[in-house]
Amino acid sequence: MAFNIYICGVGGQGIGLLAAVLAQAAARAGLQTRACDTHGLAQRGGVVSSHIRLGADALTPLVPEGGADLVLALERLEALRGAAQYLKKGGQVVYYNTAYQPVSVRTGEAAYPSEEEVHLAVLGFGGKALSVNLANISDPRMQNSALLGKVAALNAVPGLPAAVIEEVLKEMVPPAALEENLALFRSPR
Amino acid sequence: MLSLAGLMTEKEGFSALAMGNHALARAMAEAGTAVITSYPGSPTPEIAEALLAPPEKNRGYRFEFAVNEKVALEIAAGASLNGHPAAVFFKSVGLNVAADSLIQLPLMELPGGMVIILGDDPGANSSQNEQDNRWFARMAYIPVFEPGSPAEAYVMYKEAAALARERKAPVFLRLTTHVCHARETVKFGPLPAAHDWTPRFDAAAGPYVPITTAVFPLKKRALEKLDAWAAYGEKSALNAVYKASATGTRKLGAISSGLPALCLLEAVRAAGAPVDILKLGLSWPLPEKLAADFLASHDEVYVFEELDRVMEVELKALAYGRGIGCVIHSRRGHHELMGEATPERARASLAGAWPNLFPASEQRRTLPPAPRLPQMCPGCGHRSAFHAIKQALPPGAITVGDIGCHSLGFLPPYGIGEVLLSMGHSVSTASGLALNNGSRKVVAFVGDSTFFHAAMPGVVNAASRDSDVTLVLLDNGTTAMTGHQPRPGNGEIGEKLSLPELLKTLGVKFLRECDAYDQPKLAAQLKEAMEHQGFAVVIARHPCMLKFMRDRRRANPGLKPQHVAVDQAKCARHYICAAEFACPSFVRHADGSVTVNTELCIGDGSCVQTCPAQAIGRDK
Ligand SMILES: Cc1ncc(C[n+]2csc(CCOP(=O)(O)OP(=O)(O)O)c2C)c(N)n1
Repeated sequence: MAFNIYICGVGGQGIGLLAAVLAQAAARAGLQTRACDTHGLAQRGGVVSSHIRLGADALTPLVPEGGADLVLALERLEALRGAAQYLKKGGQVVYYNTAYQPVSVRTGEAAYPSEEEVHLAVLGFGGKALSVNLANISDPRMQNSALLGKVAALNAVPGLPAAVIEEVLKEMVPPAALEENLALFRSPR
Repeated sequence: MLSLAGLMTEKEGFSALAMGNHALARAMAEAGTAVITSYPGSPTPEIAEALLAPPEKNRGYRFEFAVNEKVALEIAAGASLNGHPAAVFFKSVGLNVAADSLIQLPLMELPGGMVIILGDDPGANSSQNEQDNRWFARMAYIPVFEPGSPAEAYVMYKEAAALARERKAPVFLRLTTHVCHARETVKFGPLPAAHDWTPRFDAAAGPYVPITTAVFPLKKRALEKLDAWAAYGEKSALNAVYKASATGTRKLGAISSGLPALCLLEAVRAAGAPVDILKLGLSWPLPEKLAADFLASHDEVYVFEELDRVMEVELKALAYGRGIGCVIHSRRGHHELMGEATPERARASLAGAWPNLFPASEQRRTLPPAPRLPQMCPGCGHRSAFHAIKQALPPGAITVGDIGCHSLGFLPPYGIGEVLLSMGHSVSTASGLALNNGSRKVVAFVGDSTFFHAAMPGVVNAASRDSDVTLVLLDNGTTAMTGHQPRPGNGEIGEKLSLPELLKTLGVKFLRECDAYDQPKLAAQLKEAMEHQGFAVVIARHPCMLKFMRDRRRANPGLKPQHVAVDQAKCARHYICAAEFACPSFVRHADGSVTVNTELCIGDGSCVQTCPAQAIGRDK
């Protein structure tokens, strides 16, 4: 059976790089890799998602609903939404704990979930949730490196060693930002 | 790892994980395609991203963004007439714009050949409809290649380009969103020798002018070429049968093309169902013998398509005409004609015909109640303009939107731009709404790239008739929605063009301009424009701040971010900043207080003027 990873966040958070590094690393580790970004209008502060499927029986790139072994999110509400829609029973959610309120919350119509609510909901889906948050990140677009570091430290993707993820990260992050990104990547261990 | 520029310029073959759009760009370089044109539109812009990645001197091809899809198609056609292999790409609806010239192409001998790449968008991920461009192929007499993955897109482009050149004909390569944006490992080949740019147009190779007497010989030739494509499709390895490993009592089969065919294959294999699959890569003209043999050798066949019932109708006609007794199943109900194919949807469709073979999977969970709709970015000039305009609009005013980031103005909380047809429609639709309308003001909006793309004829019309319409031109200096491609006159291609001068030349008499951040001035100008009897234009200008900030960070990497802050002592909890002006940077807490999310705020300050309590200021 394919190992399915669903990655989500808010447009502008740099989820494209996160997904590209993971997919590239998986391919380099010798896993049969099929991936797909979904964006479009969502680029403008809407939900963005990226799908990675590892294994020979995945012939198409989108993770089926309720079929993700791993849900990665760069934002808390999106972690909950991603898990509700995609997490498989027994799967894992790893997310960066930051909050971007959608319009419905700012107009007072909807509530924004607390960390505890997210974790309880994921337990209810038959999975478990873990969050990462690091103080003193100079640029929020580096949060993806912290999340990636957690994924590597947890060995969350079978057959994908942390060293390979780090090697690809080094090649894909622009040189000027590399040092700080690497430090963030290595910090959650 | 290869950079994107490296992907385009590496001389020898190699393997790499590649996005469909990038693999396709490499295929263009390998196929020796000399002239490539486009107008931006999702899901295709990353083709251009790859084509533009190497410096111009290292490219074996010439790539140009044109002012709209029709112009792009005509440039590619002109190049092909000169003997240069050519390609053009755009999104699904771009074909509507290009259609007037497209429809003539199959009548012509195109010595360079031409590949027309369509980015169809089942699921309307980033489009105003789901139009199924396979119909256009039938109307225009153009064959269709339908890849289902990046590797297939790469292989099929090269084959399509070679055949197009050999047959001096146009071909469609129809991609869909999740073929364009999928990634997989692709085995690439070497680059060809440099192109010979000798212009070889020869009027005698035509005729190229379809006056009455020429139309029938031209049409006859186009029909003969179609027969040749059909004959090719009978033998092509692109049209293949995937035998099921299981067998059943009745012989079952399914027919599909593109990504839906791979969804079907995945669903059939997952279920271990005894269903053979005929996957059509060159899907039209239909390879009739191949299809008839497949139908005749099965007891029941499911036609699994995405969007319209295109192949279904043709396959049923084929079976009927040949007296083939096979039962042909197909999708039922309107919901199956909408949205994109997935393995799960393929399973559900096939379960309609063969419920025992395709048992249902798990049920859905409820989603969190706070939806996240797309919105304008922090600092967007469009938001500032909408906030000002909303206050200036009289009751009963009709607002007409257009395509671009400002289409998002219709979403909560602004509700501005209440009608939207197509790119550039707004002025003319507004002119119609204004006809013999003595009571309700009509205000139209248009972006600057769209203005050049398709709105200019509407502006000329409105100016010459002096339609009682106010047009707000939201000028952010770029084609923002699709990723900041240049537009004519912004200085990136050719000379700078003055929009006010241009508008005056087009006959606009009432013209005002201001910075979109200056809300009181914009509101006053709009009121004045609406009071004016006849056509009036207000230019609300502010650079796209997403691009502006990106460029600034690139130019000085150490740049310290700036923010605004809410003075808690002054804040009177009006929530105008968070809920009406609605910049995503404002955070409304459960205790009622409002703060600024410094991860999002760019410190533009366009919000400062919106606070009646003057509680917003720069964070020092
Ligand atoms: C016929 C057609 N071609 C292309 C597109 C894709 N498209 C959507 S928005 C957009 C950009 C519009 O740019 P502009 O008018 O400058 O508005 P902005 O996004 O900058 O606000 C384009 C090209 C489309 N929807 N229809």
